[in-house]
Amino acid sequence: MRIVYDLGRYMLFMRNMFSKPERFSVYVRRTLDEMYSIGVGSLPIVAIISFFVGAVTTVQTAYQLVSSLIAPSVIGTVVSDSTFLELAPTITCLVLAGKVGSHIASELGTMKVSEQVDALEVMGINSIGYLALPKIVAGLIMIPVLIVMANFLSISGGIIAGKYSGILTPTEFIIGARDTFKAYTVFISMVKAVTFAFLITSISSFEGYYTNGGALEVGESSTRAVVRSCVAILVFDFLIAKVLL
Amino acid sequence: MIELQKVNKSFGEKQVLFDVDAVFYKGKTNLVIGASGGGKSVMLKCMVGLVTPESGKILYDNRDFLQLNYQDVRSIRREIGMLFQGTALFDSLNVEDNVGFPLRMFSPMSEEERRDRINFCLKRVNLENSNKKYPSELSGGMKKRVGIARAIALDIQYLFCDEPNSGLDPITSRVIDDLLHDITHEFNITTIINSHDMKTVYDIGENIVFMHQGRAFWEGSKEEIATARKELPELDHFIHASFIE
Repeated sequence: MRIVYDLGRYMLFMRNMFSKPERFSVYVRRTLDEMYSIGVGSLPIVAIISFFVGAVTTVQTAYQLVSSLIAPSVIGTVVSDSTFLELAPTITCLVLAGKVGSHIASELGTMKVSEQVDALEVMGINSIGYLALPKIVAGLIMIPVLIVMANFLSISGGIIAGKYSGILTPTEFIIGARDTFKAYTVFISMVKAVTFAFLITSISSFEGYYTNGGALEVGESSTRAVVRSCVAILVFDFLIAKVLL
Repeated sequence: MIELQKVNKSFGEKQVLFDVDAVFYKGKTNLVIGASGGGKSVMLKCMVGLVTPESGKILYDNRDFLQLNYQDVRSIRREIGMLFQGTALFDSLNVEDNVGFPLRMFSPMSEEERRDRINFCLKRVNLENSNKKYPSELSGGMKKRVGIARAIALDIQYLFCDEPNSGLDPITSRVIDDLLHDITHEFNITTIINSHDMKTVYDIGENIVFMHQGRAFWEGSKEEIATARKELPELDHFIHASFIE
């Protein structure tokens, strides 16, 4: 019952977010600030993780394909397909659920318990729209950009790890990656990126906005935002794979 | 003038306001006094629309706040300024951006006009040369004054203050009280102050509503309190306890 109740509140939250902005330019400016926070702020962690995920995938794939009948370039095929379809969008977004999600939930939660949200409402501002909408729009723009970067860095990590581990040459890796490359996998990667971006930002905003109490509850909201975002990502990951593949 | 007629409010099984009738006059400092848990804050939140009562009327100069549509409620809220107990200043904005926030959202002022208005409001609360400071750099009294400056930034008709003296030393409390009194008369607005401080009542109270166990128990001027407390043991007990405190 609790899930149904929360789902209903989440739907109402989403509906209340959309109303005519009081001052459009203020919303644009807030969205740009959030884009900087989500995009630039997450750049280092996304870069590190995606590079090493690509590198580790290359090494482990090579470990499993120990047959002289299999060409080394197959490793490039496996790593690039895994990267586009799963590793870059899903792993990156699980990490972003922790970083961006907890930041959003704790920011809004703190504003709620310190009456800043009430102050917006008393002024006649749609607080949900003012606080959550710029974050969601910024996430929808910047997280796919981060995923594109993660795809690139993950494959770069694979190439570099392959070369310096003596597993395969960069040329073999690229031949393998290009051999079976389908643009459709990149499309799926972007569908996942947009879907996960929406889930992370909206669930975290929802959890933060409905915080009641004090510092302890802000922490709980933040944790709940991360957990629920991660679960939602995994569920939708499966659904997208099932529907689109 | 704001008038409450038969306002009732419950939270679940617990009723917190019982048929509250009260009148708050324009150009006067109207004080709502009473012990903690007496319904003062809930009544204030009902008046500004943060809590919706089950029944009754809240008339803003004969406009029934509870019967208005969303847009009209928002337009009334632009005539409202509120000083929150914890000030509710926006942590991420400096003093001048906090004060200028309602102007940026609702006023067609140019940048220069806005800056002049911000400086006027800050000067009015005796807080010049603090424009670039952040809330975390301000003392409790300074935060309250910034809160007042933000509340009067727009051309407001109604000013609500929830426990403006909480957490302040007696001297700063007196400064804030005098400031609220002076602003009320200078701008000819309807000011409603929630307080449990009898010193505030005797210093600046012009119309006083005593809340007790969710009911507007007594209403009158501070000159009438001495007579009323002889007839009402609840009021006498509150005043006595307030002075002991």
